[in-house]
Amino acid sequence: MNFPDTGRSAGTRACQRMDHAFDAVFGPAANPWRHLGALGFLCFWLIAASGLYLYASFDTSVAGAYRSVAWQGREPWYLGGELRSLHRYAADALIMVTLLHVLRELVLGRFSGFRRFSWLTGVPLLCFIYASGIVGFWLNWDMLAQFSATATAEWLDRLPLFATPLTRNYLSNAAVSDRLFSLFVFVHIGVPLLLLFGLWFHIQRISRADVFPRRALAAGTLLTLLALALVLPVESQGPADLSLVPGALALDWFYQFPHPLMYASSAGALWALVGAATLFLLLLPALPRPAAAVAVVHPESCNGCRRCLDDCPYAAITMVNHPKGEGRQLARVNADLCASCGICAGSCPSSTPFRGGSSLVTGIDMPQLPVSRLRRSLEQKLDALAGKHKIVVFGCDAGVRVESLAGADVASLSLICIGMLPPSFVEYALRCGAAGVLVSGCRAGGCAYRLGNRWTEERLVGAREPHLRAGVRNVRRGRLRIIWADRGEEGALRKALAALRSSLASASIAAAGAPPKRMVPRV
Amino acid sequence: MSKPIRWLGQGLLYTLFALIIGSFSHWPRYRHLAADEAEVRLSFSHEGKRESACRQRSPEELAKLAPNMRAPLDCPRRRSPVTVAVDVDGRPAIRRVAKPSGLSGDGASTVYQRLVLPAGEHRLAVRLRDDIRSAGFDYQREESVTLKPGQVLVIDFNAEKGGITLQ
Repeated sequence: MNFPDTGRSAGTRACQRMDHAFDAVFGPAANPWRHLGALGFLCFWLIAASGLYLYASFDTSVAGAYRSVAWQGREPWYLGGELRSLHRYAADALIMVTLLHVLRELVLGRFSGFRRFSWLTGVPLLCFIYASGIVGFWLNWDMLAQFSATATAEWLDRLPLFATPLTRNYLSNAAVSDRLFSLFVFVHIGVPLLLLFGLWFHIQRISRADVFPRRALAAGTLLTLLALALVLPVESQGPADLSLVPGALALDWFYQFPHPLMYASSAGALWALVGAATLFLLLLPALPRPAAAVAVVHPESCNGCRRCLDDCPYAAITMVNHPKGEGRQLARVNADLCASCGICAGSCPSSTPFRGGSSLVTGIDMPQLPVSRLRRSLEQKLDALAGKHKIVVFGCDAGVRVESLAGADVASLSLICIGMLPPSFVEYALRCGAAGVLVSGCRAGGCAYRLGNRWTEERLVGAREPHLRAGVRNVRRGRLRIIWADRGEEGALRKALAALRSSLASASIAAAGAPPKRMVPRV
Repeated sequence: MSKPIRWLGQGLLYTLFALIIGSFSHWPRYRHLAADEAEVRLSFSHEGKRESACRQRSPEELAKLAPNMRAPLDCPRRRSPVTVAVDVDGRPAIRRVAKPSGLSGDGASTVYQRLVLPAGEHRLAVRLRDDIRSAGFDYQREESVTLKPGQVLVIDFNAEKGGITLQ
């Protein structure tokens, strides 16, 4: 029986189901749903690379544009034609993954608080992608370009932006000038540069941003687009002729859907729709949301080791000079950027429960769940356990519910994020009487705070500071298990517990484990 | 899930991705006009006449102005709105009054409007007024045109080319 999955929206649950389905096929590292932003970057670079070749042989004139693009498609087909099609399909893929990225973040509620900056800087990027993409169709100057350019001009002319209406540029073939094509090229190249600059802003407050997908996902996406370009090459739709209205057109609906929408309603209605959608996206971060307490630095316990700076997933920590001087540094938390995940507390070498004192003050801590309270809670729960093999389960509030395992011989502790768990707590639990420890958190690649489960695993296997002591890792192998499972996967958690119980009961563990020595904190 | 099944699943999902991209990149086809229709586009950018004529300043008025501002004529900047009317086959099709652009109302008046008509012969009557001080329309043109399916007929205004043009 699964633990009731309450307190989350249907959208969140749908996202999780989608993630799990794709995890099964692609694995978490190459799951496209988990790396939509990175896929967007990949598409951008594919467009840029193929665009460089296309631009080199493009004739920036009314008479030459169509001819040069047609030549690109023929000579040689395997390069020009394939690259032109790749350019187009990568642009389609870019808008598709970008819209899915926006939808996913929206459904998961990732638009306010510490994510406000990334959300707000992302909104203009949508406009840049559309502006650059739509103008790109005009460079070919075929019937599709004629239709799109005229429709866009009619839309822009609805607002009193220009002294002379843009539509007058497309009244007749004689009205279209070579200078207009220079403007098209300028916009089609200049706006993507602006987009790149905006992307840099977009990921500024995310450390270790996912800007390129794993090799398998990148290769799969590239091969798919190349195959599509080969099977269904992009072709021009006859040279533009402004004395005629184009007949049936093969629109690129990813970019050009606003044109039919405008003709089905009006330019004013389309402006209202675009304005309302933009306003909606810009105002979303202003929605009230419960504010969680942010990390607090205790200067007397901070030695300036910079581990919290390295591990913070949202670049909320900077280092400043320690008030005591002597060349030491001190962590400083930017409250606006802090996600209140506690990963910094887990990274702090002062967060060890073996330190003396009834009150454990660490270098950086979470007011809502201080490390000292975590230690006290662990001790109390362990004391209350009965049975031969006492087990401690560490979990997190966002992942699988560890409370579902509550029993006479199982103590469960749920942290804000599993990345908040100092690895020394595992050793402490074992020394304080636990026969085994189960560590759980969100699925790999699906941490609610991006990096919590990754850092925890690396710390526990000794690949990241602060790490679980080698002696504990080796001697007590079999007494520690890690399970990454999302909310609703309590069955997997129970299986992991059963496996831990089984290994504890095995002879090897019995031989290795002398009667556990109770460690009493120094007072 | 076994490796072959995972690879098969990946192949199917990548194919689905390609199908979505390929489909919406080309289909469904869109037709802006029906096969038996044509389009008339009324478009001009024309500066109407001044709303009022220049006036000679009196010596007293000139004396009140700074020496470098003593232009003998006082010419109001505001221009007349441009009124245009298009009748098709004797029936009113377009009536527009375009205000002059600019903060002082001294810029050009612009109009752009599309009119979809069945292909075939039509009688077009275009009238334009650009001076509020005059009575009636200042320019008129009436002509029979035969529109082919998909044809675009542009009604423009160019005072240097004799006023209203059909092209």
